Amino acid sequence: MRLSAYIGGIGVLGPGLHSWPHAAAVLSGLEPYLAAPTVLPTPAMLPPAERRRTGRVVKLALAVAVEATASAGADPTLLPSVFSSSGSDGHICHEICQALALATREVSPTRFSNSVHNVAAGYWSIATGSMTESNVLCAFDASFIAGLLDALTQVAVDRQSVLLVAYDTEYPAPLHAKRPIPDALGVAMVLTPGRDATSKARIDLTLTDETCDSMSDLQLEALRRAIPAARSLPLLRLLAIGAAGRAVLDYLDVSRAAVQIEPC
Amino acid sequence: MKPLLLAEYTATSCIGRGVTPTLSALMEQRSGLARCEFETVKIDTHIGEVPGVDAQRLPKDLQIFNCRNNRLAELGVQQDGFFDAVQAAAARWGRRRVGVFIGTSTAGIMQTELAYRARDAVSGALPPSFEYGPTHNSFSVADYLRHRCRLEGPAVVASSACASSAKVFGSARRMIEAGLIDAALVGGTDSLCLTTLYGFHSLQLSSPAPCRPFDAARDGISIGEAAAFVLLERVPENLDADAVLLYGVGESSDAYHMSAPHPEGLGAKRAMQAALTAASLEPGDIDYINLHGTGTPSNDRSESQAVTSIFGPTTPCSSTKGATGHTLGASGALEAVISVLAIQNGLMPGGVHTTRVDPNLTAHYIKENRRARVLRVLSNSFGFGGTNCSLIFGRAG
Repeated sequence: MRLSAYIGGIGVLGPGLHSWPHAAAVLSGLEPYLAAPTVLPTPAMLPPAERRRTGRVVKLALAVAVEATASAGADPTLLPSVFSSSGSDGHICHEICQALALATREVSPTRFSNSVHNVAAGYWSIATGSMTESNVLCAFDASFIAGLLDALTQVAVDRQSVLLVAYDTEYPAPLHAKRPIPDALGVAMVLTPGRDATSKARIDLTLTDETCDSMSDLQLEALRRAIPAARSLPLLRLLAIGAAGRAVLDYLDVSRAAVQIEPC
Repeated sequence: MKPLLLAEYTATSCIGRGVTPTLSALMEQRSGLARCEFETVKIDTHIGEVPGVDAQRLPKDLQIFNCRNNRLAELGVQQDGFFDAVQAAAARWGRRRVGVFIGTSTAGIMQTELAYRARDAVSGALPPSFEYGPTHNSFSVADYLRHRCRLEGPAVVASSACASSAKVFGSARRMIEAGLIDAALVGGTDSLCLTTLYGFHSLQLSSPAPCRPFDAARDGISIGEAAAFVLLERVPENLDADAVLLYGVGESSDAYHMSAPHPEGLGAKRAMQAALTAASLEPGDIDYINLHGTGTPSNDRSESQAVTSIFGPTTPCSSTKGATGHTLGASGALEAVISVLAIQNGLMPGGVHTTRVDPNLTAHYIKENRRARVLRVLSNSFGFGGTNCSLIFGRAG
């Protein structure tokens, strides 16, 4: 069974990857990969009061969602979204668990509100004024493909364009030792049922038993293995090169996802 | 949308393990809420605790998943022959052709809360026995169930706060319709933990008394826990008229506030309208509405406005959270099963604990059980982040 869509705008932000054009230059070999901590912009689209409350998860997700929708020229108020992440805000989770371990057990109400897994989708909706549906998913290390599958079924079944946002951030110590995600990385793409002026490529996805592809650059391969959203790197590499090709992306223990890319 | 068959279903909450005691409790208007004596929690509130969760054992080879949330999922999946029905579906369709779609808000975060009490005095490290992925991570409950039921299809958790296990019906619907799978294990599991008990308390959203949805004196929620599951399949050619189908899924976002609903319920209205459109039904086709009805002043006010704006003031509606408590990420699936029981038994369950319906709420809230033919039910689930989902269930014939 094959799921198909056209990929329009793309957004990327991660360690040593500053934007989609920059990531494309790195992934196609035009520029070297230089590892550097992810710098997350303050979301200017939020009102000042909300802006102050946002943590790294929200900043990351909004940054890549803005890049993808802007480059696709897509109106966010018309675009349903799929937000997929292997975890919610790790820093907030740490603060809450620390507070609950004390005798006083004073949990901050704002932290609690922002501890939900759908915090980024909530702020995206508030920032853009979009009342369209947003599906917020988690499949641990398989979260990128889980999000892509859900987005592709929306395109295939409901024939509607969808914004996919896949993103992961780190936990602080002591949780970091148990879940060692090194830094923040996010990928967003606008998927449409038909080809339009902004279409970069057609994507066809099937589930497979094949082993997944790795990245030939050792640092990018380390990134692919360390951050769940970076499992998209072999797909992004194909899109960066701009040639037809096929990549097998890691998914669940029992299956992988094969993506065929045809540039537009 | 193409309707789907609810081939099997089960629910476990504080009002009962499985559908038979759940139906009895609804028939008798019995509440499972009791004063909070959970763990070391010292909050003046009522909760809906499922008895025996911590006595539940997981299979030997799945001990890595051991946490309260997965113990509750195991307890839930063993009721009503549901586990065996899933095995039969896997045999019929193939293990790769059955997907797993589970809603939860906090999964097994309590395991991390406990680990933070046992940090190494010198290094601050969490205890070596603590496992993050199979317990705390949101996906853990779907991962437990796919291992437990040996399913190899696509698997995912939806975590949209209190709309989580309603929204999984949408994901499963799309994947079945796209032809990627033939059946879906859909549901929700959320268990009591300190994060939600102290978190809602900090927001002053939990009531000291058992919650009283739509009451003039309502003052907050009662947190509960539940595991509820449905086996969703395509509608077969030969269908029993008594079978219950999923006719519509409608979703929206409020674009308003992280923890407060839109004051006029615009997002809720949009979700209900989308569900009616998906089901090709008119408001008058709905016989009973199972409200989100949490019992906070603002939630019930905005939901009542949204309901009245579409259905007018006569469609009977109620919240079953006075009986079960607000089971958060499991409430969508729990109330889906309650909607099925309403249809199959001709029962509109009256809202428990509500004594005087708020005269400012114009929706037709029922306090007493009604026995009548119930063909179609709309069930609402709304959550933090302004996420809304409405489901429509109905008799096949």
